[in-house]
Amino acid sequence: MDLQIAESEKFFRDEVRTFLAENLTDDIRRAGKLVTSVFSPVEEAMAWQKILHKQGWAAPHWPEAFGGTGWSVSQRAIFAEELVRAETPPLVPMGLLMCGPCLIGYGTEQQKAEYLPKILSGEHFWCQGYSEPGSGSDLASLKTFAEKDGDDYIINGTKIWTTYAHHANRMFALVRTKKDGKPQQGITFLLLDMKSAGITVEPIVGLDEVPEQCQVWFDNVRVPQANRVGQENDGWTVAKYLLMFERGGQAYAPGLNVLLEKIRVMAGKQQGTHGTLKDDPVWQYKMAALEADILALEFTEMRIKSALSSGKDPGALASMTKILGTELLQKATELRIETLGAQALIWQPQALVPGAEQPPLGPEYAMTGMPHYLNSRACSIYGGSNEVQRGIIAKAVLGL
Amino acid sequence: MNFQMNDEQQMLADSARSFVRANSNVEKHRQNKQLVELDSATWQQFAELGWLAVPFEEKHGGLGLGVTETMVLLESLGEGLIMVPYIATVVMGGGFLRHAHELVQDEKIPALIEGKLQLAFAAEEYERVFSLENIAMAGEVQDNGIVLNGSKACVLNGDHADLLVVLVRTDGAVGDRHGLSLVLVEANAEGIERLPHRTVDGRQGAEVRFSNVRVPHEALIGELNLAADIAEGVLQEALLAISAECVGCLSVLLEQTVEYSKTRQQFGVPIGKFQTLQHRMTDMFIAMEQTRSLLLAATLKTTAGHKDAPRAVHAMKAQLGRAGRKIVQEAIQIHGGMGMTDEMAVGHYAKRVTAADGMFGNADRHLMAMAAAVS
Ligand SMILES: Cc1cc2nc3c(=O)[nH]c(=O)nc-3n(C[C@H](O)[C@H](O)[C@H](O)COP(=O)(O)OP(=O)(O)OC[C@H]3O[C@@H](n4cnc5c(N)ncnc54)[C@H](O)[C@@H]3O)c2cc1C
Ligand SMILES: Cc1cc2nc3c(=O)[nH]c(=O)nc-3n(C[C@H](O)[C@H](O)[C@H](O)COP(=O)(O)OP(=O)(O)OC[C@H]3O[C@@H](n4cnc5c(N)ncnc54)[C@H](O)[C@@H]3O)c2cc1C
Repeated sequence: MDLQIAESEKFFRDEVRTFLAENLTDDIRRAGKLVTSVFSPVEEAMAWQKILHKQGWAAPHWPEAFGGTGWSVSQRAIFAEELVRAETPPLVPMGLLMCGPCLIGYGTEQQKAEYLPKILSGEHFWCQGYSEPGSGSDLASLKTFAEKDGDDYIINGTKIWTTYAHHANRMFALVRTKKDGKPQQGITFLLLDMKSAGITVEPIVGLDEVPEQCQVWFDNVRVPQANRVGQENDGWTVAKYLLMFERGGQAYAPGLNVLLEKIRVMAGKQQGTHGTLKDDPVWQYKMAALEADILALEFTEMRIKSALSSGKDPGALASMTKILGTELLQKATELRIETLGAQALIWQPQALVPGAEQPPLGPEYAMTGMPHYLNSRACSIYGGSNEVQRGIIAKAVLGL
Repeated sequence: MNFQMNDEQQMLADSARSFVRANSNVEKHRQNKQLVELDSATWQQFAELGWLAVPFEEKHGGLGLGVTETMVLLESLGEGLIMVPYIATVVMGGGFLRHAHELVQDEKIPALIEGKLQLAFAAEEYERVFSLENIAMAGEVQDNGIVLNGSKACVLNGDHADLLVVLVRTDGAVGDRHGLSLVLVEANAEGIERLPHRTVDGRQGAEVRFSNVRVPHEALIGELNLAADIAEGVLQEALLAISAECVGCLSVLLEQTVEYSKTRQQFGVPIGKFQTLQHRMTDMFIAMEQTRSLLLAATLKTTAGHKDAPRAVHAMKAQLGRAGRKIVQEAIQIHGGMGMTDEMAVGHYAKRVTAADGMFGNADRHLMAMAAAVS
C-alpha cells in the first residue's frame, strides 16, 4: 500500500491538461463556470462532447471496440478529475453513462451498431423514462403499458421527471408488458424515438426556475419490437445493470475539492472587522469539517476504484458514495451561500444563461450560489433517493 | 407570566388570519418571474386594516402597539406568504423614522400610515460580512451637510422605496462602533442610482449607488457618529419581525409535509408510515417549536426591556437559521421530486426561510454575537 504515482500517470495527466488548454473554447469554459446543476446547459455540453469525440475521448469507460479509450481505471480517474478541475460542463449522462454501457451489455449487434456511434457523436440525445407520477422510489410499480401488436408495441401512459426530454430525440424507457405476477417480472426495456406520433412533452419548472425535468405522455405510441433491449418482461435485469453505471460511475471528491477551493477564494474576499471571513474561526471550523469529510470520501472512492481494477463488484458501496457525495455537495453549497451572506439573495437567473447580455449585479462569483444550493437539493432525491440508498446498505451490507 | 394574547392581540391575529385565508400569495410568488411594480392594492388594504399603524404613536395616527403585536401579525402573514414590504417600510423604515427629527416624524409617519410612503434600509455592502461595526461606506461631513459616496447592496425594497435610510461611516475606522451615522435621503435624489433586482424569496431589492449625494445635517437620524445604538435597536425589531414571519412559514412547511406524507403512496403505503420519515418530521416539529419558543422569549424580553434581550434576539435568529435549514431541507426531501418544483408551495416557503438566514447576519454570526455579548 502506497500513494506512489506512476511516471506514466503523470505523463498522462500532462497530456490531458495540454489537450484541455488547447481545445476548450471560451464559450464552453464560461458555460462550465455557470453550471448550477449536475445537468449542463445543453448547447455547450454538446459542443464540448463533439470536441472530445473528435479526439476519441467522449466515452473513456466504454470498451475500446465500441469507441472507448482503453485507459486504465487510474487514467480514467485522472481524466475525469482534470475535466472537473478545468470546470468543463459535465457531459449529459443519459446516453454516454447510462444507455451506452447498457446497450454494450445487453443490446443486440444491430442495436449496438445503430446506436453507439450516434451516442458518441451526440446525434442521438437520450433521456431516461423510468419514473412515473405514481412510481418514484417504488419504481417496480410502474404502469405505462406496452401492448403487443404485430411487430410493434403500442405504448400508453406517462413518465415524469424525465430530465431533458424536451431536448432529447431518443428515450430509453421501462414499460409494463405483464400485469400479473411479481411487478419486477413484468417490465420491459425499450428504446424509442421521441419524434414518434403520440408523444407529448411538457417541461416542469424547478426551484431555480429552470425547466430541467419534463412530464412525457404516450398516446398509442408505436415502437418496433426490435427496439427492445433484453427479453420481454426481463427489463428489470437490464435496468439494474444500467443502475450500476448510473450510481457507481462517478467520483464526487474531485468536483467537491474544486468547489471548496472556490468557496475559500470567495471567503478571502469577504471583509470582516478582523481580516476576511477566511480568517474567521467559525468559518474555518466549518470548512475544515467539510475538508475532512471530503478527504475521507476521496479515499473511500479510491478504495472502490481499486476494487474495481482488481475486478471486484463494489456492489452496495456505490450506494455509500452516492449518499456521501450528494450530501457533501449539499453541505458545500450551503457553506457557499453562508459565505456569500446577503449577496446570495440577489436572484438573477437570466444572468446564468450562457451568452446573457446583462452583466450580473454584485460579484460575479456570487450569482451561482443560491441556484446551485437549491438545485442540489435534488441530488438526494434522484437516482434512488438517499433514504432508498440507506435501505439498500441496511439490507445488503448489514443484513437487516 | 402570561402567554395568552390580550383582546387587542387576539383581534389582530383573527383579522390577519382571515386576510391570509382570502389572500394567500403562493400563486403570486410563483408568477413573479420578472421585476414587478409594488402591489399597491394590497398595501392600501393594509393601510385600511390599520396594520401600517401598529408601531406608531397615537399623535401620528398610530396604534401605539409594540413588537408583540408585530409578531402576531407577521406570523400570520408568513403563513400566507404575503409578499408586501412590511418589514422594510413599517418595521425598519418606521423604526428609524421614530428616531428622526420631530418635524420629519410629523410629516412622514402619517404618510407611511396612510400607505403613501415606502422606505428601505440601506446597510449591506458587497464583499463585507454584515455587522454594524463593519460598515465601510463613507459619508463625508462638511459644514453644510454630509456627502455620500459608495454603494449599498441588496437593499430590500430599495427599488420601490421613496425614502432611504442609509447607514454610513462618518468617522472612525471599520471595526468601530463610533463613527456610524444614519441619514434619511430621498431615493430619487440627485446622484443616486438604483439597480433593481429580484431576490430569491420572490421579493425585490436594489443595489444603490451614491455619487456625491449631499444631504443636510437635519437629515440625520440620531446624532452624528452615534447611530450604532439606534441601528441596533431597529435591527433587533427587524430580526424579531423576520423570525415571526418565518415561524409562520415553518409551520406551513411542516404541515404541508406531514399532509403530503399521508397522501403520497409508495410501496403500497403512505410514505408517512416509514419510520425514518416519521422521526424526521418529528424533529422538524421539535425544531419549529423551539424556534417559536425563542421568538416568544426574544419578543417578550424586548418588550420588557430586559437586559439580556439582545442575547435572546441573537439566539432566536441563530435558531431560525438552523431550524430553518433543517425544516426546509427535510420538507423538500420528503416531497421527493415534487419538492423540487416551482409548482408546489413548499419551494416558495423554503425560499423565504432560506433568504431570512442571509439577512443581517446568518446563524453563525448571531451565535458569535451571542457569545460576545455579556449579559
Ligand atoms: C432533478 C431530478 C432529475 C430526475 N431525472 C430523472 C430522469 O431523467 N428519469 C427518471 O426516470 N427519473 C428522474 N428523476 C426522478 C427520480 O428518480 C425520483 O424523483 C426518485 O426516484 C424519487 O421518487 P419520487 O420523486 O416519486 O419520490 P417518492 O418516491 O414519492 O419519495 C418521497 C419521499 O419518501 C421517501 N421514501 C420513499 N420510499 C421510502 C422508504 N421505503 N423508506 C423511507 N423513505 C422512503 C423518499 O426517499 C422521499 O424522501 C429525477 C428527479 C429529480 C429530482
Ligand atoms: C439508567 C437507566 C435507568 C433505568 N431505570 C429504570 C427504572 O427505574 N425502572 C424501570 O422499569 N426501567 C428502568 N430502565 C429501563 C428502561 O426503561 C429501558 O431500558 C427502556 O425502556 C428501553 O428498553 P430496553 O433497554 O429493553 O431496550 P430495547 O427496548 O430493547 O431497545 C433497544 C433499542 O431499540 C430501540 N427501539 C425499540 N423499539 C423501537 C421501535 N419501535 N422503533 C425504533 N426503535 C426502537 C430503542 O430506542 C433502543 O435504542 C432504566 C434504564 C436505564 C438505562
